[in-house]
Order: sequence, then structure tokens, then C-alpha cells
Amino acid sequence: MAVADPIAPAAAPPADDLSAVDPVVLRWADALRAAALLAVDPWGFGGVALKAGHGPVRERWLTVLRALVPPESPWRRIPIHAGDERLLGGLDLTATLAAGRPVAQSGLLAEADGGLLLLAMAERVPGTTASRLCAALDTGECTLARDGLASSRPARFGVVALDEGVGDDPPPAGALLERLAFRIDLAEVPVGVADVFGAPSDEGAGPGADAAAVAAARLRIGAVQADDATVQALCATAAALGVSSARAPLMALRAARAAAALDGRDRVSPDDVSLAARLVLAPRATQWPAPPDATPPEPPPPEEPPESKADEPPPADSEDDAEPEPQQPLDEVVLDAAKAAIPPGLLASLMLAANAAAGSGAGRAGVMRATRLRGRPAGTRPGTPRDGARLALVDTLRAAAPWQPLRRREAEQARAAQAAHEPVPPRTASAARAAAAAASAASATASAAASGATAAAATPTAPPRLALRASDLRVARLRERTETTTIFAIDASGSSALHRLAEAKGAVELLLADCYVRRDRVAVIAFRGRAAEVLLPPTRSLVRAKRSLAGLPGGGGTPLASGIDAVAGLADGVARRGGSPVLVFLTDGRANVARDGSGGRARADQDARDAARRLRVAGHATLLLDTSPQPAASARTLAADMAAAYVPLPRADAASIAAPVRAATGLGARRPPGRAR
Amino acid sequence: MALAFPFSAIVGQDEMKRAILIAAVDPSVGGVLVLGDRGTGKSTAVRALAALLPKMKATVGCRYACDPAAPAGACAECDALKAGGKKVKSHLVPVPVVDLPLGATEDRVVGALDLERALTAGVKAFEPGLLARAHRGFLYVDEVNLLEDHLVDLLIDVAASGENVVEREGLSVRHPARFVLVGSGNPEEGELRPQLLDRFGLSVEVSTPTVLADRIEVVKRRDAFERDPQGFTGRWHAEDERVRRRILKARDRVAGIDVPDAVLERAARLCMALGTDGLRGELTLMRAARALAALEGDTVVGDTHLRRVAPSALRHRLRRDPLDDTGTGARVERVVAEQIPS
Repeated sequence: MAVADPIAPAAAPPADDLSAVDPVVLRWADALRAAALLAVDPWGFGGVALKAGHGPVRERWLTVLRALVPPESPWRRIPIHAGDERLLGGLDLTATLAAGRPVAQSGLLAEADGGLLLLAMAERVPGTTASRLCAALDTGECTLARDGLASSRPARFGVVALDEGVGDDPPPAGALLERLAFRIDLAEVPVGVADVFGAPSDEGAGPGADAAAVAAARLRIGAVQADDATVQALCATAAALGVSSARAPLMALRAARAAAALDGRDRVSPDDVSLAARLVLAPRATQWPAPPDATPPEPPPPEEPPESKADEPPPADSEDDAEPEPQQPLDEVVLDAAKAAIPPGLLASLMLAANAAAGSGAGRAGVMRATRLRGRPAGTRPGTPRDGARLALVDTLRAAAPWQPLRRREAEQARAAQAAHEPVPPRTASAARAAAAAASAASATASAAASGATAAAATPTAPPRLALRASDLRVARLRERTETTTIFAIDASGSSALHRLAEAKGAVELLLADCYVRRDRVAVIAFRGRAAEVLLPPTRSLVRAKRSLAGLPGGGGTPLASGIDAVAGLADGVARRGGSPVLVFLTDGRANVARDGSGGRARADQDARDAARRLRVAGHATLLLDTSPQPAASARTLAADMAAAYVPLPRADAASIAAPVRAATGLGARRPPGRAR
Repeated sequence: MALAFPFSAIVGQDEMKRAILIAAVDPSVGGVLVLGDRGTGKSTAVRALAALLPKMKATVGCRYACDPAAPAGACAECDALKAGGKKVKSHLVPVPVVDLPLGATEDRVVGALDLERALTAGVKAFEPGLLARAHRGFLYVDEVNLLEDHLVDLLIDVAASGENVVEREGLSVRHPARFVLVGSGNPEEGELRPQLLDRFGLSVEVSTPTVLADRIEVVKRRDAFERDPQGFTGRWHAEDERVRRRILKARDRVAGIDVPDAVLERAARLCMALGTDGLRGELTLMRAARALAALEGDTVVGDTHLRRVAPSALRHRLRRDPLDDTGTGARVERVVAEQIPS
């Protein structure tokens, strides 16, 4: 049994030795396996987060998946700005008007029942959309409670979240990711690999799975047995990898069952468990498993490159492990399999992603400020289109539509009363004025609605085509991002550390408290030694900011240019996402490490000034705190180069340092370069 | 409605279970907020509540399912029924647990014009919303921290007054809406507004069990439930039944439970030492301790009850120090240990 070598059966097609160990091929093979498992039970697995740019590789994978699920099962795509009425369903306006009674319209979630739902640009999907998907994944139902309709329809679907994020783009909403069993990264899989393995014509695309096998597995999976050792192995592996959610081992268990079912077996084998751990648990790892106590002489695993992992463990050894006592070794074997699936650097990026998720998640609730004039539409609210608020025509009509028969009757009664007694001022007059105002505020399309109403006002005897009242008017709610991200760049080099690092830390802590009050996000970059390091990506967690600061050691050279570059990169990222960065440098401005890491004061200085001028072009609000013992020319020149407000750090306690900084950042405006206080 | 995971089969999470039971015994405690990591059984526990609660008596013909013993004047529908002169009938209905979906529009929450009747009969009639359905029961908001602001305002208002006042679309209706607000959410995804936070009587924090055996048990039970919901719920029925009886007994007893002055004083001291705002902390502390005593069959509230409910009742009422690493729960426990030495 190739227990400890779970990757070997990966490339069932032309698998020569070279390709069998190529990590890219393995990744593609695993992606195909995940597709097959997902096809067995889309709702049970929740779905897959597919990180890949738009391109032939992603299309190929989707084609494979499409071919695996039964052809009649739904396959729907959610566009990024799909509103609630498309997701959950709602009132079908046209049909309602035509029928004269409320007609419900089904939403995408209910339509996708039993199939798969493709979520385009998952990394940019608004939190509300993600929460709708989560609710459906949890309950298997789509509960509708809007527009006067209330219903509940089955919505058991799997989600394919197409994550097109690159670089430091935040990952899709954490709540959604949590509910998707698989995470696949196809970003680095070249087209050639995808072409060779898993072309649709290829017999047995990937792990010997085709539509027939999937169909058989769907029937079989209910009967597949998993013993306690399996559950234990998966739980232990999850714990060792720092996966805290109980959903992860549960989904891994499901994956193991599905793998056995695909293989036509009724019992879960160690191979299935390894595969499940690799596909479900490894991508969620937040820590590298501690080396087992039993084998202290073994080198710690982190240094082990995964490609050597595949052929390193001697098969004989693993057989010895697996057969005599299946309990204990299974844990280890599974853990090994999971470890092998963690490529170097993934863990770091995962941590980063988790951080970003925490930050941006918090942001979603807080940073989007409701505005009236500009921004992205975010639903509508009742109100009149005054002060620049825009009329939401369709929603206004929707609000008015159900009332028409009632109003017509009221109008008739009013007319009858009018005929009997003396003329009463028509009630619709004020509404007509409001509607006219609405029409002038909105585009020409609104005039149709208004003309109906004005016609009613002008000739009260003729029945109005559309009785529109002030209470029907809906205006668009718009939201706009206005968050500020304060990026602290701290010079922790020897020269600074010697003088003022502790004071600078104190000042930053006070500023952090200010950031908390303003609900800003903060990021911390430190530069010392050879390069700059992002200690903390933008986050709202001030506790973490404080912690990262407290643990910052001092010493080494001053790679000022790298520091400025790192800040510029981070600031650009913030600005790209619609935030406004505020940069705070704490440095003495004395560079002695050039951008390429080499020493030499002259070159380092030149590099730093270049970087500073480039930063100036970006035009972010910048502040430079001079941390040298006396206000120094070098820091002042640098501040001038980057068009930063220059504040010498006075020799005083942290509280008095913070005051000028507070004034400068609080304004958020750029000061004339070089104007010292 | 799919079968809910049995309440008694939830592994660990004692504080959460205790808080939910307390709210079930004495709704005046004011709702439960469950905050914690993903995959810790937050929604599971709240949904399990639905299956657990005993049925309640309600007036037949009242759309708000009022208690037949309720005083006159509280509900227009009941008053109309009673004014009719006929004897008012009552029936047993399950305690409602109403989900407030995140995307719900305001009209569905507060109630709106009955479209069907407006269109067909041309009558202006009020169609009750989710708040009416939640009367005398539970209103469950998952991801409460992501709820839209205008809905949060509305919930706060109704939860405080126990009455829903509708003035819209030419309708003017008021009806009783006394419900226990149960919110769950992950604080990482957004923080709750302090006003809403304060409205919750108890706040519990849940985290993943750290003991491997517990985690294995969680996965095993959940897996068993998913593979055979009927069989699994059947196996836990007796256990759930015991919990239900405990709740019923505690409800009968809770009004007669004595709270000695010494305990009240200690509760007040505790709140002063923690610097909680307002008197809601003391009140909740006292009510929760009383409900806990009732659940455990005691007749007098003692320090042991106070000590156990203090973290849930107070942790969300402290002034937040943004730079304090320790959670507010730890601060409460520290002060409790000082003020109520065991």
C-alpha cells in the first residue's frame, strides 16, 4: 500500500517519474481530484474556493467539473453585484402588474438547488451576498422575507468561488471560505500541464473519475463506513495544523468517504484519509505541526521542501508503519500527507491572508459610509429625491404597483364625493408635486411616471394611469469607502534604536489609540538590516499592532530605500481599494544600505532620495518624524523629497510627541514640504 | 423544517448552553449574544433551542399568539375577541424561534400592508411581520454584527419597548412584540454598536474545544446526525426531554426564589468595581442568578450562582480599552475572584 506516498497515483495518465514529482502537476492532479469529490456531493462539501486568474487553466478545470456533475443539474453564475432580488427572489414587477396580484420570482440560490453556483470575483463580493450564501449552505434552504413575500425553498448547492485576487488582494469573505471544503490554487499551473492531464477527451480525467464513476459514487456514499481511527486521525491532524473550526475535520471525513465511494469501496482506506487531509485540512493550516516527541533526532519539518517529500519516505518504512497497528500510524501518515501538500511560503501567505481577512472583514461593516451623492448603489430607502438624492425609479414603481387597484377605488370614491358635494382639493396633488420633483431630479425615464401623476392632478376627473404618492418614492442609498489606513514605517536600525526607538514606539502607541477613536486601520512596516518587512498588514486590530510593535527589535543597517518602497507599495494597495493612506515615517533619515542590500552611505542615500521622490508622485498624506538626537538635515531633506510634513521628535515623553503628530494626521492634509515646527 | 441537532448532544460549550437555558427560563434577562470563532456550534445551539422549548398556550384567533391570561389593553386583537362576548379559546403552539435573515426588508420585519388583500379585495389590512411572529418567543439574528443599521435601530427600539408601532403606508398599528433577542456572530467580521450590545442581557464567548477527545466527539456526533438525523435525534430524545422538564420546573419556581440583600449588595459591588455603565448590569446579574438557581433546584440565590453568571452578564458592559490585550471576560473573572472569594 502506498500509504505514505499518497501522491503517486496522482497522474494516472502518462505518468513518468519526472512528472510524478513535479509539484505543479501534483497540484493540478489534486485540483482534478477535488473536482471529482465535489461532484459527488456539492452541497455536502459546500464547494470550492478556486484561486486562479481568468484563463484557459481555470476554464479547463470548470469544464472538467461540468462534465462530472450530472448534465441536468443546475449550473448558475452569480455576477458580482447581484442584488437580493436576484439572489433570493422577490416580487416579479412585470408579472405582478400584469396579473394584478403579487407574483414571486425565484432567486438564483433556489434555482441552483441540486447543482453548482459559480461566484464570479469572489474576493470582491460584498459581505451581504456572502452571508446569503452561508445561510443557504448551513440550512439547505433559501429563506425569503422581502417585498411582502415570505417563503422558504430548498437551495442545496455547492459554491465555486472564483477568486481572482492577485498579490495582497484580500481573500473572499472568511465566513464563506470556512464553509467551502476545498481550496485550490491554480495560479501557477501552466496551460501545458492542464492540457496534458485532464483534457476532456482524456480517458479518466485526473484520478480515474468520470461522470459514470461520480454517478455511482453518489449512490454509494451513504453506505461508506469510516471507523473511529479515521475520525481520530483527521481531528488530530486538524489540531496539529492549527485548524480550529470543527467544520474542517467534518468535511475532511466527508471527503474521505467520497473518495472511497469514487473508488467503488464501502470502507474508507488510509489513502482516502490522506487525500482528504491533503485537500481539506492542509490548505487551512495556520501552523506547522510540531515534530512528534517520539522522534526527537528528526530534523524539524519546516525546512523540508515538499518536492523531495514525495519521494523521500522509503515505501518499505511506511508499510511497516501502516500495518501492525493501524491506530497511531494513521495519524502520522495523514499528517505527513497534509504536510507534504503545504508548499513552502504557503503558510506565510496563509497567515497574511488570515490577517487581511480579519481586517477587511471588520472593514466591511464599518468603513462603507452611507452617502447620498456618490458611491456604489446599496439598496433603496423610502424618501423624496431632495438634496441631490437620486430617485430609484424601478423601486418606486414597485412600491406603487400593488396599490393601484386600491387607489383607483379611492379615487373613484373621491370623485363621487366630489360630484356630490363641493370640490375637495385632490389628495394626489401634493404627491404629484413630489413626483414632478422626482422626475426633474432623475433622468428622462422618470418623466413617464410623473406625467401620469401630473395628468391626474391637472385633470382630476380622468382616472390616472398611475397613482403615485409621496410615500411610494424610493431613493437610492449609496455607499462610499472613506476609510483611512495609517501606515507606520519604523526605522529600527542600529542608529535609531540607539537613540529613540523606545520613544518612537511610545509615540506610535498613542497614535494607535487615536486611530481606534477614528476607526482607522493601521499597518506597520519596519526596516532594519538588509530589507523592510511588513510587520502587520492593514488591520483594525490595535492589539495586534501594539503587539507587533512591542516585539520589534532594533539594530542593523538602515535600508531606507527599501523601507520607503515597501510603504509606497502598501499605500498604493490601500489607495487602489478606495482607502486613503496616511503615511507616518519614524526615521533619522540616515540611510546606509542601498536598495539591493549592499552597504555604502552615498548610494544608499541616493536610493532613498529616489524612492522618496517616487513616493511624492503618489501624493499620499505623509508625515516624517525625525528620530535623530538633534533635528538633522538628512531627515529634513528626506521629508522635503517626499513632500512630507516634517516633525522633529522632541526630547520628551511620548505623550507630548503624539500631540503634533495627532494634529498633522488628524487633518490628513499634506503640509508644505519642509515646514518645521 | 429540517430536524435540528439535539441540544443535549452539543459537546462542551457549557457557558453558552447555560446562558441559553437561563434565557429560556426567564426571558426578562434580555437575550443572549453568542460571539466566537467559526465552526463552534453557535447557530447549532440556537437552532437546537427550537426543538427544546415546551409549547405555550395562546389565544385562538389572535395573530400575535397572545397569552390568554394577558391583561386587557395589551393587544387589540385579543381585546376585540374578548369584546365579542364569546368565551376565548386557547390552544397550544410551539414557542416561535424566528430567524431574521440578513437581507430582510423593513416591511417584512415590522409588518406591512397585506398585498394579497389590498389587490384582491381592495382592503387596507395589516400583515404582521417577523417581529409579530417572534412575540413570546425568540428572534434569532445570525451574524448580528453585519445587520444593517436601520434594522438594528428598529430591533433596539422594539426590544426595549416590547411593542411594535407601525406607522407606514397609511397604516397605524401597534401590537405586542416581546421577544428574546438571540444574536450570534464573529467579532472579527465587524463590531456591534454599543447600544445594541447593551440590549443583550447575556453575552457568551465560544471557542473551539482544545481537547482532542472533545473535538473527535464533536465530529463524530455531527457526522452521525448528518447521516441519520431521525435516528440520532431519537437517541438523544430522552436527554432533551430531561432538559425540557428542567426548564419547565425552573419556570414555575423562578418567581419564588429569594435573593438575599447580601447577594444584591455583592452584585452591586461587583458592578461598581468593574465600572459598568448604568444599572442594567446589576439587574441582569440578579435575574440571571435567580434563573440559574431555579434551574439547579435551589431556593435561595447564593454566591455560587452569582459567580457563574457574572462573566456572561457583565463582560459586554465594560468600557473597552483598545490597547488592553486581555479579553473583557478575563477582567470580569479577575474582579469576580476579588469580590466574591470562594
